[in-house]
Amino acid sequence: MELAGLRSRLERLGSTVTSQVWRLGYASRFLFYLVAHSGTALKRFRLTTAEIYFAGVLSLVIILVSGLFVGMVLALQGYETLQRFGASESLGVLVALSLVRELGPVVAGLLFASRAGSAITAEIGLMKATEQISAMEMMAVDPIARVVAPRFWGGVISMPLLAALFSAAGIFGGYLVGVQLIGVDAGAFWSQMQAAVDLRNDILNGVYKSIVFGVAVTWIAVFEGYDAIPTAEGVSRATTRTVVTSSLAILALDFVLTALMFTGGSH
Amino acid sequence: MNRSMIDLWVGVFVVVGFAALIFLALKVGNLASFSTDDTYQVQAKFANIGGLKVRGPVKSAGVVVGRVADIRFDNESYEAIVWMTINLHYQFPRDTTAKILTSGILGEQYVGLEAGGDGVMLKNGDRVRLTQSAVVLENLISQFLFNKAAEGKPEEKK
Amino acid sequence: MKQTQIVEIRNVSFGYDPARPVLRDINLTIPRGSVVGIMGQSGCGKTTLLRIIMGAHLPSKGEARVLGHATGSLDGAGLYEMRRKMGMLFQFGALFTDMSVYENVAFPLREHADLPEALEHDLVMLKLQAVGLRGAAHLMPTELSGGMARRVALARSIALDPQLILYDEPFTGLDPISFGVIVRLIRDLNTSLGATSIIVTHDVQEALDVVDYAFFMAAGRVIAQGTPDQIRASPEPFVNQFVNGKPDGPVPFHYAAPEYAADLELA
Repeated sequence: MELAGLRSRLERLGSTVTSQVWRLGYASRFLFYLVAHSGTALKRFRLTTAEIYFAGVLSLVIILVSGLFVGMVLALQGYETLQRFGASESLGVLVALSLVRELGPVVAGLLFASRAGSAITAEIGLMKATEQISAMEMMAVDPIARVVAPRFWGGVISMPLLAALFSAAGIFGGYLVGVQLIGVDAGAFWSQMQAAVDLRNDILNGVYKSIVFGVAVTWIAVFEGYDAIPTAEGVSRATTRTVVTSSLAILALDFVLTALMFTGGSH
Repeated sequence: MNRSMIDLWVGVFVVVGFAALIFLALKVGNLASFSTDDTYQVQAKFANIGGLKVRGPVKSAGVVVGRVADIRFDNESYEAIVWMTINLHYQFPRDTTAKILTSGILGEQYVGLEAGGDGVMLKNGDRVRLTQSAVVLENLISQFLFNKAAEGKPEEKK
Repeated sequence: MKQTQIVEIRNVSFGYDPARPVLRDINLTIPRGSVVGIMGQSGCGKTTLLRIIMGAHLPSKGEARVLGHATGSLDGAGLYEMRRKMGMLFQFGALFTDMSVYENVAFPLREHADLPEALEHDLVMLKLQAVGLRGAAHLMPTELSGGMARRVALARSIALDPQLILYDEPFTGLDPISFGVIVRLIRDLNTSLGATSIIVTHDVQEALDVVDYAFFMAAGRVIAQGTPDQIRASPEPFVNQFVNGKPDGPVPFHYAAPEYAADLELA
């Protein structure tokens, strides 16, 4: 009967939604526990430093290269449009604001999620699958404090720095294309940019965004890894979930933060 | 990768990251041009501020000397009160005129200060007495049409 | 204050799912200084019993007393205290793959004792010498064979001179030589440390050569216990089938299925 099929589908949808909500609650408790037991990660900062290396330093290449290309494309595309309104001297403003407010935090966040986030999930998931986590518990060492917390703080510290590097590389790329290649006046490029980009409202807001994204992405990455089913398939699914969930979270948070920070400003 | 190499690279990463932030702050943003402690505030009343926004520039002779800090509405005189923050290096006489001007033809609006000749300078909290409001496009057009109608022939009235 | 019974399991029942008990009313005691085997088929509950002894799970009924404390009465700190006096060898070693052999064995020392480096070095070398792998200290876990990895894991589990050593399937997948090595190590370490050892395994013949006493489990209950000779001579049909490796007996060869003729669509 049609109705029975529909009803079972609704029931399944309902249970999926409730299980997701339950999982979010579980993940939140995990985060609180993690932060509460971050003493080891901060006192033995060497552990966190190693994670900053794996999450941040090893992401440098992809971040800088991507930033450079994004900036170059912005300059190319921007020039085409601005030139039609005789506003080509505002190219610097366009490139800088786009990067600092939006593209820097968001694109760097997405790249970070796929490179470092998935690596963190895979690593923790595999440790779980090969009983390394259990072994640690048996040796009376809290695996969340010893393994998870350093990775969390490593990611949170790396993310804003990577976003800033992305924006800087992008602006440099924009300069290369705009001034060197296309021929926009260098003085106008930089001076208009300086006049239009505000430290507090634009740059600092961009930094806040990247901190929020860093927390979100790293939280998702460590949680999915720790919660993964300890088989090869389970770990692979967890890694995929990290990338997908992080990306969606970044875009959704970006909307919320942009609405809070950049619109409805004082007049 | 031994311990000291990791420490080295992390150190480099953090330094470079902060350098990028500082680069953004100084070269890209406008931190370098303004520090918040050596300024003073003056206010001015306008019949219409047009499209003037907070953080808009305050210029004199085309040079940025300050920023619009706050815009309020005076419910008694039904005028706009504009508070401006001006760099202490620049002193203006009490009879300075504040006009709301437009950069270019369709650009952003700013406050232009034209210095008068009075010997006494404006102090923190003083009011600029001579002001000229923004030019509102609709008023301009209706004035133009009115003039045209007044001087022209009756057939041209539409 | 020395306990004579290191482990006392009294009327313990447990199930991961309350509706399906894995352990039913288990009673056993393990005296100090002995090497004891807990044997049975896969799925009989022996690994679960080991986890109860470890304190990873609490019994739903009954009490598990380990090293003088009931596991149910311990809080988190108490549990970690108890585990510091225990060592566990996981089935495939569960070595930390991002650390060398030396660092793996040093891990419990570094986490729980603040020793000067020279002393730590000597202790690690001592433990590695005990398992015969002092020359492999600089190798990474991925460079070790299965048998060697397990020996390193054994060295790690005795790093803090535990009073109770647990072995989860220590003989699985070992060649005869490695097997001989492990057997010798279990005995020697138990004697030299003055500890008690519990071996969970289904390798009956091998285990009976090592242990002082054995418990036989099937379907969540202890169905036989005794010295190796007693077990070998046991009249209990299941034990008999298991010890002699007979393919058919109380545990049938055929998995439950409908009539053969009906399946082949004859008659």
